[in-house]
Amino acid sequence: MSESPDHPSLAPLRARLAAIPTLAADDLEAEAVALLGRKAGEVTALLKGLAALPLEEKRAVGGALNRLKDEIELAVEARRAELTAATASLASRDVDLTMPGRAQWPGTLHPVTVVVDEIVEIFRGLGFSVALGPEAEDEQHNFGMLNFPPDHPAMDMHDTLYLDPAGAPRPVGERMLLRTHTSPVQIRVMQDGPPPYRVVIPGIVYRNDPFDPSHAPAFSQIEGLAVDEGITFVDLKATLTHFAQRFLGPDTRVRFRPSFFPFTEPSAEMDVGCRLCDGAGCAACKGTGWMEILGCGMVHENVLRGVGLDPERWTGFAFGMGPQRIAMQRYGLPDIRLLYGGDMRVLSQFGGIGR
Amino acid sequence: MKISRRWLEAFLRQPLDAKDVAARLGMLGAPVDAIEPIGADLTPFVVALVTDVRPHPNADKLRVTTVDDGSGTIFQVVCGAPNVTAGQKYPFARLGTVMPGGMLIEKRKLRGEASEGMLCSARELGLGQDHDGLMTLDTEALPGTPLLEILHDSGDDRLDVDVTPNRPDLLSHKGVARELAASYGVPYRLPEVPGEVELDLPVPGRYTDQVQVGGVKLSIVDHGCGRFFAAVIRGVKIGPSPAWLQQRLEGAGVRSINNVVDVTNYVMLELNQPMHAYDAATLRGPAVIVRSARAGETLVTLDGTTRTIAEGSVVIADAERVIGIAGVMGGHDTEVTDRTTDLFLECAWFEPSRVRAARRAANLSTDASQRFERGTDRWGAVDAFRRAIRLLVTVAGGTLDGPAVDVFPVPSHPPRIFLRPARVAQVLGVELAWSTIEKQLVKMGATVVSKPEDGRMAVDVPGWRPDVTTEIDLIEEVARLYGYDQLPTDLRGFRPGTRQDDPAWGAAAKIRRGLAASGFSEVMTLPMVASEHPDAVRLLNPLSAEQGMLRGALLPSLVHQVEANWALHTGDVRLFEVGTVFAKGAPGDRPAEAMHAAFVLTGARQPMHWTDGGKPPLWDRWDARARFEQLVALAHPTAGVQVDEARWVARRPDGTIVGHCGPLAADAPPWAAPLFGGEILVTQAVAAAVPFVPVPAFPAATRDLALLVPDACAVEAITTLLLQRGQRHALASVAVVDEYRGKNLPEGRRSVAVRLVFRAADRTLTDADVEQAMGRLRTSLERELDVTVRTS
Repeated sequence: MSESPDHPSLAPLRARLAAIPTLAADDLEAEAVALLGRKAGEVTALLKGLAALPLEEKRAVGGALNRLKDEIELAVEARRAELTAATASLASRDVDLTMPGRAQWPGTLHPVTVVVDEIVEIFRGLGFSVALGPEAEDEQHNFGMLNFPPDHPAMDMHDTLYLDPAGAPRPVGERMLLRTHTSPVQIRVMQDGPPPYRVVIPGIVYRNDPFDPSHAPAFSQIEGLAVDEGITFVDLKATLTHFAQRFLGPDTRVRFRPSFFPFTEPSAEMDVGCRLCDGAGCAACKGTGWMEILGCGMVHENVLRGVGLDPERWTGFAFGMGPQRIAMQRYGLPDIRLLYGGDMRVLSQFGGIGR
Repeated sequence: MKISRRWLEAFLRQPLDAKDVAARLGMLGAPVDAIEPIGADLTPFVVALVTDVRPHPNADKLRVTTVDDGSGTIFQVVCGAPNVTAGQKYPFARLGTVMPGGMLIEKRKLRGEASEGMLCSARELGLGQDHDGLMTLDTEALPGTPLLEILHDSGDDRLDVDVTPNRPDLLSHKGVARELAASYGVPYRLPEVPGEVELDLPVPGRYTDQVQVGGVKLSIVDHGCGRFFAAVIRGVKIGPSPAWLQQRLEGAGVRSINNVVDVTNYVMLELNQPMHAYDAATLRGPAVIVRSARAGETLVTLDGTTRTIAEGSVVIADAERVIGIAGVMGGHDTEVTDRTTDLFLECAWFEPSRVRAARRAANLSTDASQRFERGTDRWGAVDAFRRAIRLLVTVAGGTLDGPAVDVFPVPSHPPRIFLRPARVAQVLGVELAWSTIEKQLVKMGATVVSKPEDGRMAVDVPGWRPDVTTEIDLIEEVARLYGYDQLPTDLRGFRPGTRQDDPAWGAAAKIRRGLAASGFSEVMTLPMVASEHPDAVRLLNPLSAEQGMLRGALLPSLVHQVEANWALHTGDVRLFEVGTVFAKGAPGDRPAEAMHAAFVLTGARQPMHWTDGGKPPLWDRWDARARFEQLVALAHPTAGVQVDEARWVARRPDGTIVGHCGPLAADAPPWAAPLFGGEILVTQAVAAAVPFVPVPAFPAATRDLALLVPDACAVEAITTLLLQRGQRHALASVAVVDEYRGKNLPEGRRSVAVRLVFRAADRTLTDADVEQAMGRLRTSLERELDVTVRTS
């Protein structure tokens, strides 16, 4: 079938078809609507008008008009694609992609929260669960049941904040205070049900210490307690060594030194190799190559007896550490007070939700 | 406790390295906090020969000397010392040397004569108190030899040992030497003292409470004194102590006072036995009585302060008055002075708790009270007493007046403890051989006295270890002296805990993560505040008035933090805190504690972006409401947010208000953006899992309505009504899309645009369905709320 040549009346449309590849984006869309628009497009109108034409003319124009319509559609599509590609490549002229993006405020967790969460997670993996207890305590839980002999020099290690009884003063031994350590929660856990126990205890503790670069009147502590049949000092060493190597890295060196806490015996301090000097000795570790990280020990027989457990059957270990000090070491903070302020310039540095 | 390295060397009879000593003590449980070198750096000083001495032409007391310092140059040095002699060698400071006192030696003229250096006395070199003349060097060494090469006395190191409260024995050089001897595996023995007099001391042991000593009547009335040794020494001469004694004391950080006081201090620092010497001539009676203080008794203590003594404190008295607070401090009136010739020497054991009570009442902590409180050795005190008498006679002369006495009202022996090797294994986790255990016990000074007939060891504990009273104490000693690091570190099997996590912990963690993810920064503020709230819990002994109360809410502290940011010109602040708040409990009960969570926000809603044209939009009350709704959903899911006067509250189904949110008052600079915040009680209830709702299978139809709302009608009433009435018509949601107040509206009305979304679960809604629903809803709004549809 030979192609019928275009009807002469279509010549102006042919010319406009020829111009399509040169049109700019806005003009292209306007032209597409002008020619092909469903309501008022010129080609559309012509096609609608075909029905009214005599059959002969219908034949003469119809095929050409439909062909033309297809060609226009193709040309518009081609030009559109061309322009889209051009927009991308001409970005530096029309849109400066080096302009800054639109940001959201970054939220931050407190460094102590981050440290405590990491510690809790490691101990969770070792079968511990989280226990909490009151911050306002009585002397029995804070001292007496933890084997602090009444009126003993060991109490001098804990500068205690007492609560105003708002009435008759209470006798020594029955006063209310702000807990000086998280250890009273050990007692509360053991009073709460039978062994075995395996808990970590995060919380705020209080001391009658004014603020200075390394002391605060309230700070975080995280404590742990494991009591069962057959728990020994070897388990204490192994568990805490494992913790240190999970927390600070598999190559972390640890050592255990004898120490004294009324509620544990034997008692120990665990040191980790100084990470700043790698054990060579520096200002941060006072030249020893070691940093003190936690205190620990076997739960004292008197503590077990005090909660009705037979120390000949049940043994256990306990430990405690200070997340503030760990956070200060980790972030290189020179002053503990930075952890109590709300200065956005400080907080924003703690960045992401994790290390 | 300050420990002198040289004093330790005298115990161990071997040279010691201070750093090594510190490392070993640390591993034995007595960490050394600091090592302080004593004595000046003598490196720059050399031996010099004085070849000529001639008078100074212009000054009678000065000499002009010629000095050969071995450098090849001969110097002229002007010297004021009377003992400078030609042909003698002296320490020499060349030009440019800095003296221990900080003075720089420069070339200068003294009364017209040039002086090129300085010949030194022992005191100028920090080697003693002798300032009578130059330090004559009796040496074959050639001029120019460094001084350090010929001095055997190369200074000392003062170790600051951190002694735990359970180890009174380490408050003495002997105790520390004992630990080191165990560590080095060498013996230790009391140092010999130059010129020590051998005395034939009578064996004490008169267990009576009414005795005479040197004419002084002694009686022990209060049993807070468990043992009392006394001696009277007559004819002493008070004066400065010999150099060796001064140096030992200096090494331990104690100032020399006079020979008698120095000896009592020396014995205390060596053997942990505080003592007191009274001027016997000042004792009235003469008598010494150990008794309880009566009401209102006072004492002028050695430091010149008049102190009222708490009734019942153990005191030392003479026939008429108190002359000392037992174990704490002696009195001023009976102290040893330059004119003293007769001494009454006291060496006693006092009940630790009585000393502690007395020193607290007197608010006076001393070297003596520190030791008595922790427990001294009542059986070993006899050795300290004998050493003190011998040393006194050696350095101050005098003779014992009659036999010394020992009053021991209730004689006793150091405790015997039984140790089961099986128990050692049960606690430590390793089986140690009998001989290994015994070896460690011997290191601490204990005696293992019996053979294992019933499998137990009978252990006699030394008197200097009052902390060792039970089997577990011995087990700790075995572990400590065996070495914690010698015990294995293998992770063995364990039973996991069965206890559930405290739900509050999970609740707090969820809130923290949620708010941090929403752009807030977590803070930890001090729970002690200055609040004057009547329900606030008050502290008995606060650090300051600003920290006198326990907080009852978190927001005031957060507002302070915002103000601090404003003061630093930071205007964009978003903070939150999760923490405990306190309220008074029932009488006699602990305060009530609750976990709260709170947030504050002010400033720009987003970090500055260039599309904002330098004026980023600010947080407004609607942001605050949304954040509060988020917080309520996290912290108290059963509560709903409602309007309560000019703020929003979170209300539980039972009507209790558990949180609030709104604009906050603050001390704001003029440029500050509005401040908003909210606070809520955190429940520990774990929210139930939300069941899955299938996603819609059919399309929705959306219609917007512009409503004319009377001012008195709340939008919440409209949305609630629409949702209720729309239920039958497949109305799925209503959203407020616009509010307009102002011109072109009827009086007393505002325009609110809402968008309604209709969706049926089982079919596609037709236009007719939706139009019918819209008509019904319009009618309901008009009839029930007087809300009409706005036709533009």
